[in-house]
Amino acid sequence: MKTLKPLNGNQTIAEATRQVDPDVIAAYPITPSTAIVESIAQFKADGLITGEFVCPESEHSAMSVCIGAASAGGRVMTATSSQGLALMWEMLYIAAGLRLPIVAGIANRALSAPINIHGDHSDTMGARDSGWIHLYSENCQEAYDNFIQAFRIAEHMDVRTPVFVGLDGFIISHSVEVVQVEDDAEVKKFIGEYKPVYSLLDMSRKITVGPLDFTDYYFEHKRSQIEGIENAPAVIEQVGKEFGLTFGRPYGFFEEYRMEDAETAIVVMSSAAGTGKDAVDELRQEGLKIGLLKPRVFRPFPYQKMAEALKKMKAVAVLDRASSPGAFGAPLFTEIRNALYDYAERPKVINYVYGLGGRDIKVEHFKEVGAKLEKIRKTGKVEEMCGYLNLRES
Amino acid sequence: MSKDVKAQEAKNPMEDFLRMDRIPHIWCSGCGIGVVVTSFVDALRKSEIDLNKVAIVSGIGCTGRVAGYVKLDSFHSTHGRAIPFATGLKLGNPEMQVVVFSGDGDIAGIGGNHFVHAARRNMDILVICVNNFNYAMTGGQVAATSPINANLSTAPYGNFEYPFSLPYLADACGATYVARWTCLHIRRVTMSIQEAFQKKGFRFIEVIAPCVTLYARRNRLGDGLNLLKYYHDNSEIRHGADTRTLDIGYQGKMIVGKFVDREKPPFLECMNTHMKKALGDKYVPYGE
Repeated sequence: MKTLKPLNGNQTIAEATRQVDPDVIAAYPITPSTAIVESIAQFKADGLITGEFVCPESEHSAMSVCIGAASAGGRVMTATSSQGLALMWEMLYIAAGLRLPIVAGIANRALSAPINIHGDHSDTMGARDSGWIHLYSENCQEAYDNFIQAFRIAEHMDVRTPVFVGLDGFIISHSVEVVQVEDDAEVKKFIGEYKPVYSLLDMSRKITVGPLDFTDYYFEHKRSQIEGIENAPAVIEQVGKEFGLTFGRPYGFFEEYRMEDAETAIVVMSSAAGTGKDAVDELRQEGLKIGLLKPRVFRPFPYQKMAEALKKMKAVAVLDRASSPGAFGAPLFTEIRNALYDYAERPKVINYVYGLGGRDIKVEHFKEVGAKLEKIRKTGKVEEMCGYLNLRES
Repeated sequence: MSKDVKAQEAKNPMEDFLRMDRIPHIWCSGCGIGVVVTSFVDALRKSEIDLNKVAIVSGIGCTGRVAGYVKLDSFHSTHGRAIPFATGLKLGNPEMQVVVFSGDGDIAGIGGNHFVHAARRNMDILVICVNNFNYAMTGGQVAATSPINANLSTAPYGNFEYPFSLPYLADACGATYVARWTCLHIRRVTMSIQEAFQKKGFRFIEVIAPCVTLYARRNRLGDGLNLLKYYHDNSEIRHGADTRTLDIGYQGKMIVGKFVDREKPPFLECMNTHMKKALGDKYVPYGE
């Protein structure tokens, strides 16, 4: 039976995991995602999960267990954050390269050094070239919905690519919201049965996984891996639509907020988008024609759709909760600016890095950005292309 | 503030050894880590070691906070990697007394591989491991040291995996000094650390400590005092005990004492001797 439950972000991931009931779950404790695993352990102990639950000695081992289990044809999940994801690095590429549809819940957190346990996107952004699909969630409901859809996307025959589901550490992972939890049987029906095509332990058809692949075929195999994630947009779109038809909450590549007649726009992912929407409302009341675009899918990057949505703007500010030291702008900014390059008429695009290490971002900061965009719209001049928000710089 | 009140303000007896701007510490009331830090500071004092020649490295976890609190050259490294960081420090400046101060989750769990190899190559470092039988910082998950049947947040109906016996592991990997104490044995811990300072090679001291907030609460073992009582009633000093006999069952008997004290050239000495033999006069010894 579908119910409304008060759950925090971590619990929504655990709840979705209980409903999906994967064959193998392997995870190592790390703040702020630990509670996902703790809830799963309790579900397992209470007999609500039939799959195997393993507590390995590190995240590297956790992802290795997932890879082993997925190679054996299992439906597999894990959860981690920050340093845990960083320690998984080697295995992330293996999971993607072997086309293993693993799903990982990531309570996004800053990377050391200095040590910090609070939310930013450095962890998954650091893994942006690992070949995984990235979905980001604004709130607990989206974390739950994304996590269920992730299995469908990852396991689709044309995709067969692992998926990260990001939720902001503490801000979402530890905040309780009322979440619509769907009926167990409906969720099971939605995700369907996972049918591995090639798997180990099928003794009638023995295979080998991960052998040497030198100058002869490595390149072709990498190309075919890339094709998997290139096929993902159609599947993500289809699954998002179907999710809407089944549960009443449709999903696309991004959400547009008050964009219809907007002349300037703020692009921001995850929890900060909620604050951003409030700021947009206030700025609208002050007479500014401003909107907000919240990307949900970062990999594969929906560059055409994103460019179509933004091309008519006069000025766009892209807010990144991760830095890319030495690069020309932070990750989301470089993607968006690149996507707009081929349009003869395109907006001025500026970049702000915000919220590193959990630094708060408030309505007033978004309004600061809105005012800057308005100035650019009027003058057509960009004074500073890449800057920082709510940072002491003197 | 009146003069009288000011006069009553006693200086923390460890103030010279602590970064007072980081105090109060994060440890829970009844936690055993502070006791081990006090013993460590006491051992530093009694050994009259030049504090400019001591470096301390911690990993991540409750005990991992030690490096941030003591007023020594200190390094708060990443989870499990305290021993490799310490190896680098020691080799960078072989004159230093390098101490790794971390918990069981860090040293025996995620960092277990480094522990095994540093002991094997007899790296000249002192490892103090506060063992509270669980990953306490993240909320009491099952660890590599959790006794069978102990209840933990990721083992809600009890642990069924065999735990490590850390002194046995250290001995098997070739450590030159191996001791185990509990938080109750404050003077013994101090003496053990003093003794270990005098030795070369991979030295290992395990100190069993209460985790009141998580381990004890989940298992309904009472408060810090109850656990110290348990240590009192159930620990038996048996110096030189066969390290194969040191398993700790859930709330079972604990054999404590000094189990290993052997002479064995440490890593750098082995390297210098070997390379001198291989290269003769061409070899310039390092760190002698």
